[in-house]
Formats: sequence, structure tokens, C-alpha cells
Amino acid sequence: MNVLAGGPVIPNFGSGSSCEQTNGWWCTDWLSAHWGDTLQPALVQHVELSLIAVGIGFAFSLVLALAGYRFRLLDPPIGVVADFLYTIPSLALFQLLVPLTGLTVTTVEIALVSYTLLILYRNIVAGLSGVPADALEAARGMGFTRLQTFVRVELPLAVPAIVAGLRIAVVSTISIATVAAFVIPQGLGRPIFIALNQDLFKTEILAAGGLAIALALVADGLLVLAQRALTPWSRA
Amino acid sequence: MPGDAAELVFDEATKRYGDGPPAVDRLSLTVPAGEICVLVGPSGGGKTTALKLVNRLIPLTSGDIRIDGRSIQEQNVTELRRGIGYVIQNVGLFPHQTVEANIGTVPRLYGRDRRWIHTRALELLELVGLDASYAKRYPSSLSGGERQRVGLARALAADPPLMLMDEPFGAIDPIVRARLQDEFLRLQQEVRKTVVFVTHDVDEAIKLGDRIAILRQGGRLAQYDTPETILGEPADEFVAEFVGADRALKALALRTLADLRLDDTTGEGPRAPSETTLRDALALLIAEHADRLVVTDGDGAPVGSVTRDDLLA
Repeated sequence: MNVLAGGPVIPNFGSGSSCEQTNGWWCTDWLSAHWGDTLQPALVQHVELSLIAVGIGFAFSLVLALAGYRFRLLDPPIGVVADFLYTIPSLALFQLLVPLTGLTVTTVEIALVSYTLLILYRNIVAGLSGVPADALEAARGMGFTRLQTFVRVELPLAVPAIVAGLRIAVVSTISIATVAAFVIPQGLGRPIFIALNQDLFKTEILAAGGLAIALALVADGLLVLAQRALTPWSRA
Repeated sequence: MPGDAAELVFDEATKRYGDGPPAVDRLSLTVPAGEICVLVGPSGGGKTTALKLVNRLIPLTSGDIRIDGRSIQEQNVTELRRGIGYVIQNVGLFPHQTVEANIGTVPRLYGRDRRWIHTRALELLELVGLDASYAKRYPSSLSGGERQRVGLARALAADPPLMLMDEPFGAIDPIVRARLQDEFLRLQQEVRKTVVFVTHDVDEAIKLGDRIAILRQGGRLAQYDTPETILGEPADEFVAEFVGADRALKALALRTLADLRLDDTTGEGPRAPSETTLRDALALLIAEHADRLVVTDGDGAPVGSVTRDDLLA
């Protein structure tokens, strides 16, 4: 695979600043010159790749978890399949998928979604199973329909476990998404690969890597805030 | 929404699981509107099963149950349940909702708006003896007794004509339990609902029940009568043994000095206010080695006296 195919122009160190020419740790002139054409687009792509993966993964997991929770017999097989997908190394999974779906976003998303399933599925099922039996009995006894019980009691009470799962899924997806650069010229992995191929240009590796870490921390923090807003009762 | 109180009739109500022996066996009894019927008996007597037959949490195998003459089988099951207050031992408050939202559960199912529910919640909090500041609190910050009060308020919110209470005070410590029992009786004076109350505690049954149904192993009705009759004339060995060897003393606890005709003589002797139960009065005479007890009114002024024989008559 040619990771450099179709990418922007490679920085020309020959005409760069002295910091760039000596491969400095943190060349601010390079950063300000290439924020707009390299880092910022990579960051936006990274957010998109991760959001789509977690969004689709969450939708799949929710449906699977409802099936596994309602029909207990389905829980072990769904769990085993999700376990199995999770154990495949990401690079190997890309290799397996490329012949089928090519060097496309689809290939990347299939892999990223696969990795979210285990975490999200298990957490949603655990959250639903953790709803107190007496609350469910009271709901039934007071004349809730099945749907009302689910929407008004089971789902809200499962929110802490679901958000806990989302936090792990989001952080791990942001981390794994850097590897997407093996398949498509997108995401924060791309500037890292480019820098690795250019005598380990340190500033670019640090900047892109740092952005990936910062993105993960910010996303995690946002989810914590979301949970606080959604579950005021868990702090009472 | 419902209202008032309903007559409840068990008509040969039977529950059988598979081919096994019945859990409730041809239970027939009538709870008059506005009365408390306590179902009591040893475990395996089917008392909780009988209770859950009423709101169809457990389906009847045969026979029928009617509320104000209407068979529960003919009614839509969710409609039926919304019209019956339901209180369980572990309360089952929704942990993610405030006390006010919990109380508003059934009115919300009936489509009541926020303001109506807020007003009703404050009304009910007062009725169950909780301060209005509890409305915005979450269940996790309440004690066991407070939760059960909220559970009771929630069951009463839609003004159901019938309440089912499944060992509601079973998990609460004895001192708080006694207070909740007293308050429940006071509250019942106000709301006058038809109540079916399950307990395994004979003393609780005697204290709360207008009538007591004693169920024996296999879900068969051993006796259905007022506490006085059950204590005074148990139907058989099983009932006599179940209510206990001290049933004569328990019967004394059902009446107070105010129920007796007093001698005009007052004189010397231990004193007790007229709301003292005959059981406590007798205990006082025994402790004081006395034969005559001076009865006083609310202000402590003597109004007459009774002898030990009067108490035991």
C-alpha cells in the first residue's frame, strides 16, 4: 500500500527554517505554516471517521443488546462474535477487508465499527440487566406497557453503563483511527506516517500525535459532562 | 381517573402452576368497599400469589375476581393496573426520578400535566407525613421508612378505589414499622380505600385488618373473619396455633379502656388514660400488684375505675 498516494505536497526541508532543517522537537514556524493544509484537515477527518464509527457501532450495538437482553439465549452467541471481532489486530483486519472493499472509507469504518461492538454491546446489556427488579415490578404493577417500561425505566437507568461504554469506545476508536492512514489518506495518522517517512520529522509526529491524544481527552470530557446532565439522580 | 372505594370479590379464584398442586385453591371471599383485608399465613400459603391475581401480575387458572362487580378478565390489563394502587415491600421507586415525578407516575399515564402533578404530589406528601421539600429529592437520599411513605403516596396518586399492599412494612425496622402502621390507619380513616394487605406477621394483621383471611399451605382459606372473632373463636387447630398461644392477650390489645363500662369509684391505685389497651392495662395491674385501675381523661383527671375482672370479662 502506498500511504502517500494523492496527499498534499511534502514539506520541503531544503528551503525550511533552521529548526526544520535540524529536525527540531517543536518548530512553531512549521506548525503555523502547515496547520491549515495538514494538521487541521487531518483533525477534522479524524473526528469524522471516529464519529461515524461510534455512531454506527452504537446503533448496531443497541439493536443487538435489545435482542440479547430480551431473548437471553441470544446473548452468549452475540457476545462471542463481538469478542472475536475485537481480537483481530487492526492491521490484519484491514488486509482482510481491502480485497473486498478496496482502499476506501468503507474499509476503515467496517474495522472501526467492529471494535466498538464488543464494548458497547456488553455495556448496554449490563446496564439494562442492572435495572432493579423492584422498579420493574412496580412499573408493571402500575400499568406500564412494555414500551413505556423500556423508554421510561429501563433505558434511563441503563444510561450510566451505556455512557461508560461510549467513553471507552470513543477513546479507543480515536486511537485506532490513526491506523486508518494505512488504507486511506485521512485522519491524524496520515501526517504521522508522512513524518515517519521523512527522517522522523519530530515536530509533525508530536503535533499529530498530540492532537489525537487531546481529541480523545476532549471527547471523553464531553461524555462525562453529558452523563452528568443526563443523570442528575446518580449524584444525589 | 378512578376514585372512591370498590368492593372486591374473590370467586373460587384458583392458581395452579402446570400440573402441580394449586398455589391458591378456590379462594372465595368478599372485601367490602373501604375495608382493609389482611391476607396472612405461613410461607407457601399463597398470600402474595392471591394478591397478584387481582392486578393480573399472575393470571388466574380458574374462578374469577371482580372489582365492583366487574370481572378483571374483561378489562384491558394496563387499564386494570392503573386503576389499582400497588405497594410492594422494596417500594420499587424509580431511582432516576424525583419524589414528585415518582408520585406522578400513574397520573402521567392518565395524561395529567406537570402542574396538576405538582399540586397533587404536595398534597400527598403532606398526607403521608413528609415535608414539601422532599418533592425534589431523589430516592437514593431517603431512608427506608421515607421511601415507603413515598411508595404509598405514589400508589394513592390517581385516587384508586382499590389498593394492593404486598408486605409494605416488611423490610422496615420495628419502631419505624409501628409508626408507619399507625399512620397508615390514620390515613385510611381519611381516604377510605379498599385495601388488600399481605403480611406474614400476625400482630400486624390484627392491628391493621378490618378482616383477616388466614391462608394455609396449598393456598386454602382457613378462616376469614374480624380479628376479634379469629382470636376469640379460631376455626380450627391450625388457626389457633397460627395466631399463637397468647391469642387471649392479643384479643385484649384490640380494645381500650374507653370500650369498658367504668365504676364511678376512683380512689387509690395505678392510673391509666382511657386510650390504653386492655392488654397494657392488665400489664400495669400485674406490675403494680393492684386489683383496681383508675382511668383518666385526656387531662389526667380521674373519670372512673375498672377491676382486673372487668378487664378479663
